[in-house]
Amino acid sequence: MYAQLVETGAAEASEKDREFQEKIDRGVRIEANDWMPEGYRKTLIRQISQHAHSEIVGQLPEGNWITRAPSLQRKAILLAKVQDEAGHGLYLYCAAETLGISRDEMTAQLLSGKAKYSSIFNYPTLTWADIGAVGWLVDGAAIMNQVPLQRCSYGPYSRAMIRVCKEESFHQRQGFDIMRQLCQGTDDQKAMAQDALDRWWWPSLMMFGPSDKDSVHSEQSTKWGIKQNTNDELRQKFVDQTVPQAGWLGLTVPDPDLAWNEEKGGHDFGEPDWSEFHEVLRGNGPCNRDRLAARNKAWDDGAWYRDGLTAHAEKRRNMVAEGAA
Amino acid sequence: MSKEWPLWEIFIRGQHGLSHRHVGSLHAPDAEMALRNARDVYTRRNEGMSIWVVESNKITAFDPDMAEQNFAAPKSKVYRHPSFFEIPDEVGAM
Repeated sequence: MYAQLVETGAAEASEKDREFQEKIDRGVRIEANDWMPEGYRKTLIRQISQHAHSEIVGQLPEGNWITRAPSLQRKAILLAKVQDEAGHGLYLYCAAETLGISRDEMTAQLLSGKAKYSSIFNYPTLTWADIGAVGWLVDGAAIMNQVPLQRCSYGPYSRAMIRVCKEESFHQRQGFDIMRQLCQGTDDQKAMAQDALDRWWWPSLMMFGPSDKDSVHSEQSTKWGIKQNTNDELRQKFVDQTVPQAGWLGLTVPDPDLAWNEEKGGHDFGEPDWSEFHEVLRGNGPCNRDRLAARNKAWDDGAWYRDGLTAHAEKRRNMVAEGAA
Repeated sequence: MSKEWPLWEIFIRGQHGLSHRHVGSLHAPDAEMALRNARDVYTRRNEGMSIWVVESNKITAFDPDMAEQNFAAPKSKVYRHPSFFEIPDEVGAM
């Protein structure tokens, strides 16, 4: 996943700012209680919390298929994957909390719709092949984004990313494995795989964010060691890695402009429909309202449970205190 | 919104013979739930055989801005490392 439209805020270069920048340039990791510019803190809070929200909301399109998985093994695998996503969300929320925002604040921002999450999760998973395509393409794109973040200048974020990346490759492989089985199956099954690729290809390319020429916040993030590669670099890498895999599966990438360019040693490919991207970001994707409603319902329905555990913990503490008195 | 659960720091022993190592943190209403949650969040792939949980606000640490003063003294005491002393080859292993 990645964080969209991150604002960095202008930094006034004080003595402390200069020392901070030197530290970054020397490759020294920044830790939770170290001095940091407000802009750095804000950028990271926004990016890490959006990343965490993406992991949590990302459980919804896949959770949709847990009860409909075609075999017990596929169901067990999908459950494990969705559980991993919850774990990734938790690692990331904790990393964001080290910067001074509380978990409840972040939850409230997500539930009110104020905070963004990766817009890919506002697309529906219509068939079982979508679970394959999501693992293969969406997790594949997420890995592309996350691998460089393991070297991010902020220690807690970088360490969370290391854990996430270790687990993420299982996600992509299980997706590819679903696609492979469908592609080696009946004509209908293969057609289902092709249909999933047709619908998920362009949204996956959009996951890398706007084109570099339109990406306004990249420069400061790069200087601060938060961002290592540009959106277009990562998108190119993803296309070059994924197109041969689609070929191996016998599927057609839905892009008439796709062609190998010998000179640049990479593929030329078409431009995603950025107006669609911005519409989904604005809340008008196919599932935006459903996703937020599902998160709000889960939070509200879980209130009695959270309160019950809190009450139990308090009662136990009081009993211990009374026993000691 | 109900009261937020306290934050716990999680330490895991990966294998026999290794010490517990900090792996991250999580929220839980009490120590017992923190342990259960830590197992689910941090050992889904056999990463541990023992878990410690400590409430985050029970941890005391130096101010990172004072790191230079706090950790300066040993820098001048290079003789604490055996490589400081030159031992002639003829003397053999030492």
